[in-house]
Amino acid sequence: MLNQYETVFIATPVLSEAQFKEVVGKFADLITANGGEIVYQEDWGLKKLAYPIQKKSTGFYHLLEFRSEPNFIQKLEIEFRRDERIIRFLTLRLDKHALEYSEKRRNKVQAKVEEK
Amino acid sequence: MASNQSEIRYLTPPSVEIKKKKYCRFKKNGIKYVDYKDPEFLKKFLNEQGRILPRRLTGTSLKYQRKVSQAVKRARHLALLPFVTDLMK
Repeated sequence: MLNQYETVFIATPVLSEAQFKEVVGKFADLITANGGEIVYQEDWGLKKLAYPIQKKSTGFYHLLEFRSEPNFIQKLEIEFRRDERIIRFLTLRLDKHALEYSEKRRNKVQAKVEEK
Repeated sequence: MASNQSEIRYLTPPSVEIKKKKYCRFKKNGIKYVDYKDPEFLKKFLNEQGRILPRRLTGTSLKYQRKVSQAVKRARHLALLPFVTDLMK
């Protein structure tokens, strides 16, 4: 059974743009390699943190929405913990209201991109 | 004298209580999901120190208050909202 999940992670600001892209690529590949399917990605870029984490006041944010088997999440989170470049992450399953909301949000973001 | 007394009694005009009925903004606007990724929206439910406001002040229904608090806590974990601050607004 496939569930839809959403994960936001923060990578250290020490990385360069290219290195950050590589980190995102690594996790995206990990999802697809384990029978998952990426539904949506959003890069929030370098953002200021509301409070310092590991003595850093900024971080690269990235949002991944994907469909996968429930038992893959544990694997993914272990990988997040092992990776020193990741300073924070949050994964959650999207319920039916969240799904509806995320679809709306996606359309809104796309509309904004098209306007520009 | 009697007329004087009645004038003195109210230094400030008695507040005419027109109670604005509080309502749950989620129920009214048909919002089903509270997003933790939108800190600007969640700030409406926090005080200046970054604490979650009680339901009796915001008028949110219990069902959505639980969701708001969950969303605020998630936003705090991702450093989108502070745990404590001064003068947030």
